Amino acid sequence: MIRLLIKLYRISIAVIILIAGVTFERTGLIELLSDPYEYPVIMELFMQHLYMVTLSMTFATVIGITAGVLLTRKRFRRYAGICMYIIGLGQTIPSLAVLALAMSFLGIGTKPAVFALTIYSILPIARNTLAGITAVPPELIEAGKGMGMPPIKILMEVEIPNAMKVILTGFRVALIINIGTAALAYVIGAGGLGDLIFTGISLMQTDKLLAGAIPVTLLALFADFLSELLGIVLISRGLRLSD
Amino acid sequence: MSTLQFIVDNFNEVMYLSWEHIWIVGVALLIATPIGVILGIIITKHEQFASRVLNGANILMTVPSIALFGLMLPVLAIVNMGLGKVPAVIALILYSQLPIIRNTYTAIKNVPPSLVDAGRGMGMDKWKLLRELEIPLAIPVIIAGLRTAAVMNIGIAAIATYIGAGGLGVYIQQGIARVYPEMILSGAILVSLLAIVVDGGMAILERFATPEGIKVQRKLAR
Repeated sequence: MIRLLIKLYRISIAVIILIAGVTFERTGLIELLSDPYEYPVIMELFMQHLYMVTLSMTFATVIGITAGVLLTRKRFRRYAGICMYIIGLGQTIPSLAVLALAMSFLGIGTKPAVFALTIYSILPIARNTLAGITAVPPELIEAGKGMGMPPIKILMEVEIPNAMKVILTGFRVALIINIGTAALAYVIGAGGLGDLIFTGISLMQTDKLLAGAIPVTLLALFADFLSELLGIVLISRGLRLSD
Repeated sequence: MSTLQFIVDNFNEVMYLSWEHIWIVGVALLIATPIGVILGIIITKHEQFASRVLNGANILMTVPSIALFGLMLPVLAIVNMGLGKVPAVIALILYSQLPIIRNTYTAIKNVPPSLVDAGRGMGMDKWKLLRELEIPLAIPVIIAGLRTAAVMNIGIAAIATYIGAGGLGVYIQQGIARVYPEMILSGAILVSLLAIVVDGGMAILERFATPEGIKVQRKLAR
């Protein structure tokens, strides 16, 4: 029974790939991609997309981790609860709304898009940094203190490595949301692969639509995979083995 | 202030669009919940599928929403449903699967084995165990999953306006196209407000659905 189901699963994947191939040919996607005039346009939009995502994620990671670390320090710890609450509320705001709001204050173009993406990506990173560091077992910090570590060394060598797994989950969530939201940035005039998707939808041009939708999907899946690889590099071996 | 004026002036339309938004999200959740909960229960009974189903749901969640609409459009266009509410509802159902399945799975996994043994000792069969013991104990966590799904879906439904599904996203879309800040702001504020209200409502529901026994246990633990 189970073996049959697994076989069915494999066959269905093969069928899906086959159907996808036929559809690409039928819709003219392959023709579009091999067109010497269309191909550079698609590549340029792809680079624009990547540029927005990279820039905003770099800002968001730096700001998010700094904010998360600051909120776990003794002096700011009493604000942690209220900040968590505000971040929780902020995450319920839809991504399209954040982009639209950024546009109504900063105008159109790449700048407001990167700003909106940064703000939106800070939230999961800051929240997970805060949660991760708070969850570090106090006896580990005590042990660090007992070994005579100054607070900065405790932070760098005890707290952050132990919280790394949770921080990385936040980074991953932020990155995936960021790639998806960057596809919407077209509506505020920032370009990116969303350009092809939105044009494809409004003109009912399937080849253009797929030329945008498939790379965005692959980019998101690749980012997911990359974050997993990052976990192998950044999470210390002892912690990985204990799972 | 002019935003408030805009909402007051177009009160009927605001109400209509809000209702449309709630309708899309509600229908999607109504269909997604049984699928997700049943899949979640199945993978607790057949462990070998667990990682596969969860990975599949995770991949679905990774696909950006506008790309998913784009990918579904040519497929659904065959049956003449590429645009409108149908693809929006289907996409929301797919996105809801991960939080619902994951929460059902972890909740039922976390039912203390001693309780299951006690139930078995009382002569409960597999169905009765599920119905009278595992599901009631798992309900708060399952509702927490629904809450995550609902809030996320409200945000994605705002994007679905670009494939003609309607809802409050219309104000954002039209506002951007006409460079009409009051319209954008009222759309953005109303969608966020809807998400916050649903989040709060589900939190209250979560408290109500918690069995009395668990509440007493929590009080004693404190």
